[in-house]
Amino acid sequence: MKKNKLFISGDEAIAIGTKLARPHVIAAYPITPQTIAVERLSDMVENGELQAEYMHVESEHSAISAAMGASAVGARTFTASSSQGLVYMAEGLHYASGGRFPIVMMNANRSLALPWSIYGDQRDSLGLLDSGWIQVYAEDAQEALDMIIQAYKIAEHPKVLTPIMVNIDGFILTHTYEMVEIPEQEAVDAFLPPFETPNKMSFEEPKNMGFSSQPIDNTEFKYQQDRAILYAHKIIEQTDAEFDKAFGRKYHGMVENYRCDDADQIIVTLGSICGTTRLIVDELRNQGEKVGLLKIRYMRPFPEKEIQELTANAKAIGVLEKNISFGYEGTVYTNVNSAIAKTGKRPYLKNFVGGFGGRNISKDDIRKMFTTLKTQEKTENTVEYFNLNVATDERR
Amino acid sequence: MKEIRWHGRGGQGGFTASRLLGIAAGMFEDKHALAFPSFGPERRGAPVLAFTKIDDKKIHDRSEVEQSDYVVIMDETLVNEELANGIAPNATILINSSGDRTFDALSKFNIITIDATSLALDILGRPITNTAMFGALVGASGLVSIESATNSIKHEMKPGLVDKNVQIVEKAYEMIKKQTV
Repeated sequence: MKKNKLFISGDEAIAIGTKLARPHVIAAYPITPQTIAVERLSDMVENGELQAEYMHVESEHSAISAAMGASAVGARTFTASSSQGLVYMAEGLHYASGGRFPIVMMNANRSLALPWSIYGDQRDSLGLLDSGWIQVYAEDAQEALDMIIQAYKIAEHPKVLTPIMVNIDGFILTHTYEMVEIPEQEAVDAFLPPFETPNKMSFEEPKNMGFSSQPIDNTEFKYQQDRAILYAHKIIEQTDAEFDKAFGRKYHGMVENYRCDDADQIIVTLGSICGTTRLIVDELRNQGEKVGLLKIRYMRPFPEKEIQELTANAKAIGVLEKNISFGYEGTVYTNVNSAIAKTGKRPYLKNFVGGFGGRNISKDDIRKMFTTLKTQEKTENTVEYFNLNVATDERR
Repeated sequence: MKEIRWHGRGGQGGFTASRLLGIAAGMFEDKHALAFPSFGPERRGAPVLAFTKIDDKKIHDRSEVEQSDYVVIMDETLVNEELANGIAPNATILINSSGDRTFDALSKFNIITIDATSLALDILGRPITNTAMFGALVGASGLVSIESATNSIKHEMKPGLVDKNVQIVEKAYEMIKKQTV
């Protein structure tokens, strides 16, 4: 039997990663497909494996509120949600980032109603990109576990003090079992020292927290918040390098360059679909095609410089996302396009949109995307809904 | 990569079987595996699917299984025309059957039957056929060794269930080995 390895689901990997980070308070409300993660944590608290307060709150809005309260007194806090739960939490997300509470949250990426769907896409978290949280997307269960541990280190850095949302694709990651290496508790303790908040709510040193502001100072608060997330860029890279030293695994910080260096066609994407794309990149490379995958790991802070560098010599770039900003284009595309536009170069750019509400993205879908990029097929629209089952599209 | 599709009814343990195979390959052999259910709510008695992917290298492919190399059917009443879709031409299909039925819808594939229900009733006293079908698949496919298969039972199941299920896996394995020699 393999040592320190388990065959577990993405939800279970999140729960184990959280346990290893030794949170003091977990406040969460269960929602498919996040449920197993919080059930496992609840079990761990119940059987004494994890010394923490598990708060069975009555809603996601309360979950984030409780997490902020606990964080204010210096507790390391965890919450988890998905989809409707995440958007129910939305008001609190801004409070948490504005209040500079370094909460770590797992979000199981899932579609938003209507139509009601429990299945996966990325519209929930990408729709909340402007809530002031750092957002990271994992490709597999190992990365999910490792990112919970890294997330606390980044979020709690005194110059960052910003909450982090660790996103994993609903079902494709949350409910798929795979081999995951479980770090030793002692190694995690050495990597992640106990949390000490510089802004502690205490009787000894009273402070005004959760206050209001006036026009004369609000901009400065928002400026500082923005600077902190931009600064996180450096801490993200540093933390990943330290993690590699401690555990022998690294994720390359903001983005992963998979065979992009001499690539003519690059697909930029995020989350579990990077896996299937990686496979097709290898397949096409074996056929002599110069293709690559640019895996976005962090959407905030945004890897502008990395994207500019890695796409500098590409002839065509496709952005693949399970998301649309209705009435325009995919949000990931808007961000990538903005980064590339600043270089003055105009390669062929395409936004591949689909995989909504759990629809499979097949190997053949990805092969076709690379063909579109290679032939630089001229179309009226930048956005291409791939694998669409209707004959006409009203607007376009 | 080998892809396995499991057909059962909610409550029969099809997803557990898909995971046992993944554990046998991943924990007890130098292989990589993914196991996942057909996503969504499960209802007792309703047809449910589960999948296992096994490979010698890390499995990056997160797309749905399109061409199964092995199909395991834990309840013969689930067999219909539609079930023949998405199966590789040279695939092997294992069916839990008492022997009187024919499976015309699947006749172009290599079919192996085993009376898993009787086996489960004999040893377990309950018609839970997932471990018998797991043993049968291991016998027919050689995807993992019989030792890894029984180790996965010891690793995953509650102590009280281990002995009888190990016995079932071994017995089903032998029954298939005799058939396929």
